[in-house]
Amino acid sequence: MADRRSANTTGRRGGRGHEAFFDYTLLFIVLFLLGFGLVMLYSTSSYDGSLQYGDPAFFLKRQLMSTILVMIAMMVVANIPYHFWERFAALGYIGSVVMILLIIPFGYEAGGAKRWIRIAGISIQPAEIAKLGMILFLASMICRMGRKIRTGKGFLMVLAVPMPICLLVWKVTENMSSAIIIFGIAVLMLFVSCPDYKRFILLGLAGIAVCALAVFIIVSADSTDSLGVRGTRILAWLDPEAYASGKGFQTLQALYAIGSGGILGKGLGQSMQKLGFLPEAQNDMIFSIICEELGLFGAISILIMFILLIWRFMVIANNAADLFGALLVVGVLGHISIQVILNVAVVTNTIPNTGITLPFISYGGSAVMFLLIEIGIVLSVGRGIRLKDL
Amino acid sequence: MVKHKTFIRKKIVTVFFVCFAIFLILAGRLVYLMVFRSDYYSEQAKELHERERSIKAARGRILDAGGTVIADNKTVCTISVIHNQVKDPDKIVEVLSRELELSEEYVRKRVEKYSSIERIKSNVDKETGDAIRAYKLEGVKVDEDYKRYYPYGELASKVLGFTGGDNQGIIGIEVKYEEYLRGTEGTILTITDARGVEISEAGEERIEPIAGRDLYTSLDINIQSYATQLAKQVLETKQAERVSIVVMNPQNGEIMAMVDVPEFDLNNPYELPEEMNAEELSEEKRQELLNAMWRNGCISDTYEPGSTFKIITAAAGLEGGVVTTEDRFNCPGYIMVEDRRIRCHKIAGHGSQNFIEATMNSCNPVFITVGLRLGVENYYQYFTRFGLKEKTGVDLPGEAGTIMHKMEDMKAVELATVAFGQSFQITPIQLATTVSSIINGGNRVTPHIGVAVSDREQTNIERFSYPVKEHIVSEETSATMRMILEQVVENGTGKNGYVEGARVGGKTATSQTLPRGSGRYIASFIGFAPADDPQVLALAIIHNPQGVYYGGQVAAPVVRQLFENILPYLEKMDYN
Repeated sequence: MADRRSANTTGRRGGRGHEAFFDYTLLFIVLFLLGFGLVMLYSTSSYDGSLQYGDPAFFLKRQLMSTILVMIAMMVVANIPYHFWERFAALGYIGSVVMILLIIPFGYEAGGAKRWIRIAGISIQPAEIAKLGMILFLASMICRMGRKIRTGKGFLMVLAVPMPICLLVWKVTENMSSAIIIFGIAVLMLFVSCPDYKRFILLGLAGIAVCALAVFIIVSADSTDSLGVRGTRILAWLDPEAYASGKGFQTLQALYAIGSGGILGKGLGQSMQKLGFLPEAQNDMIFSIICEELGLFGAISILIMFILLIWRFMVIANNAADLFGALLVVGVLGHISIQVILNVAVVTNTIPNTGITLPFISYGGSAVMFLLIEIGIVLSVGRGIRLKDL
Repeated sequence: MVKHKTFIRKKIVTVFFVCFAIFLILAGRLVYLMVFRSDYYSEQAKELHERERSIKAARGRILDAGGTVIADNKTVCTISVIHNQVKDPDKIVEVLSRELELSEEYVRKRVEKYSSIERIKSNVDKETGDAIRAYKLEGVKVDEDYKRYYPYGELASKVLGFTGGDNQGIIGIEVKYEEYLRGTEGTILTITDARGVEISEAGEERIEPIAGRDLYTSLDINIQSYATQLAKQVLETKQAERVSIVVMNPQNGEIMAMVDVPEFDLNNPYELPEEMNAEELSEEKRQELLNAMWRNGCISDTYEPGSTFKIITAAAGLEGGVVTTEDRFNCPGYIMVEDRRIRCHKIAGHGSQNFIEATMNSCNPVFITVGLRLGVENYYQYFTRFGLKEKTGVDLPGEAGTIMHKMEDMKAVELATVAFGQSFQITPIQLATTVSSIINGGNRVTPHIGVAVSDREQTNIERFSYPVKEHIVSEETSATMRMILEQVVENGTGKNGYVEGARVGGKTATSQTLPRGSGRYIASFIGFAPADDPQVLALAIIHNPQGVYYGGQVAAPVVRQLFENILPYLEKMDYN
């Protein structure tokens, strides 16, 4: 282990000695998404902003402020060698647990869920910290484990590590989607660092079977009363029009928005559904407004931008100077791709409704902060690439 | 290390392609939603965003026979304030309270109330509305609306009827001709946000309303006015309860006037007469009184016609061949029917008289004799043939039916009483229609008011036709009846109905209302002119007159005065 480490450091030094690499493509994609996100945010939130705060640019101004600040932070992180963070791996894990627990006494509610705490005037979702913390901790842990990860015990250990945090996020903040994302990140990092395929295919099949069974049980249940929130969400997913006034309302409104967009859309700013019909238009549901205003054309363009982003992550991860760097990038890749996929899937009613924001585009300063810090780390890993490796 | 990296690279590439595959699935889902389901969801969304506001259609006018408008629409304004558009509340309070003559605090309370739209006053004159609009106050809305307006106030109130809050007919011909008068509402489709606020740049779609069609009636406002005046006069001088007058054209059933005083003000139909202390009444009692006030006695109330019904008995007798004008009768002042002694109104008796003289004398025993000669079955058959068993089919809501013995229950005594107009009940319109049919040559006409409907430009006129049942009596019988009834007016009990220089036929009646002995009478007279070719028939019924109560003395003069005035007028109309 010590050998590898010194090899890594020399590799990095060597990189610095040669021509410096900086992934401008990735930076450009991120800046494009952020810029596009701000335009769409202004479009979707101006109605709410002028109605609630008397300023159509209210949400835009806030988001712009935090984006600029966080971009500075991103550039700082991009210039810090990523191994600097390795020493905080354990702290990140423990810190995440503590922060989530702090919600119980100090958290405050927004939009009906108690998910935020305020530190130095900035609202932070501990679940977001936990995602970053998990990426860092697992990357560090897998590096330390070395070949042990190939054993059944090692495999289970890596799977066990995110469990406490997932349970906390799920139970304390009642945020199942974040728990799924954290677990997904962990599985993805494990998948990459473990040469085996069979286990993962089995794991995947088991997961699908459990989901199918759950849906089957809920659908065949006699009365909806005993199902609780998640059960009705699944019923609303299967037939949103039957639950139009309850759980299916948001989904149905999103479908109206998407469907009325057509191929070329109504034009930027022309959405009707954002005028109070679609709840959370500037948050979770912003993609449906993109569909309504920019049509299939705009929606596919955004999906292509995310594909390009993931492609850049792949390139950087594959060329990272060491395993730690590669795993960090894989973690970030996992985080962003899972979130994009889940968000688009929810908005298009491909999966049951659950609150997930669209990275870089949805409103939310805390989310964009952690996302850009992650991008900073990826850029930092990218810096370690020697050009001749490419 | 290198080996290590190889599988990691492979796996990362796998992850990328798995993601790519999922993205493709999602893109496919988007294509499905946005291309194949687009029409469906667009339609659903449009429905959600559109708000319909209706535009009232102008109700068709009602015109009289001379083309005078007797029910019209008045443009009225509704003044409201939209709270969040108000810029200068003090000025609004000042202007509105001055223009609308409302107290400042009343207006201020409404201007300052937080609501999306607050109505200050409705049914405001158009001039006032225009004046307020001219101030161009922000947040003040002046909406125009139609309100039914009756230029003649209470004239023909029970016939015309009035309309309710949605401009729908409530009673009278306003109800009967609702489908023509109503028109079709238009709509404004506006696009709104979720709170229902209109989005101005989205524009609006308008479907213009179609105005209701004008109704041309046979009512003649001059005859109606004069008849109303006469009815009121006799109501007052005789301190009667109610006076009904029906004036119709016996040839075709067109009703020229229908009066049932006391009438009510059509422009304030919910206002009870002052002496009723409307405030102290319960809602139920109030509604009861209103219904009574609106009730058209000419068609909704039945009464025992009395001697005017002898016209029917005479016609049936002549038609049935059981009596001729030359037949002689002796009236000792009473007649025995089975074991019952039925008195004539002249206790001393009319002595010897022929059938014409008996009609002139309105001699009960003679008509009882004629009735008995016909027998129950024949009499009943004529009763039915003349249309008395059925409603007249007048184009007014609420017509009452005839109350008559069943044929199997009718014995000689019942037949005797029916023969001179007692022990059964019919409506005034029924009597007027049946007599019209007997004197017009035997054609049972349908009394009616509506003549035609047309759009305002009179380009699309639709005339109504009404059923006529021909030959209910022969032309000959009809002519005989006209002759006899002219004699009644010339020399008989109806001489108070005689009009100088005109040939008038008619018959009086004085009937005691049930229960007998209550001292309540109904005096009536039915007359027509000219007697040889009747163009107008009038029936006047005075309920419970005080003092002299004989039809010949109370009701006949009413018809006489009416004819004196309208006969020259009707002749002039014909020349036109």
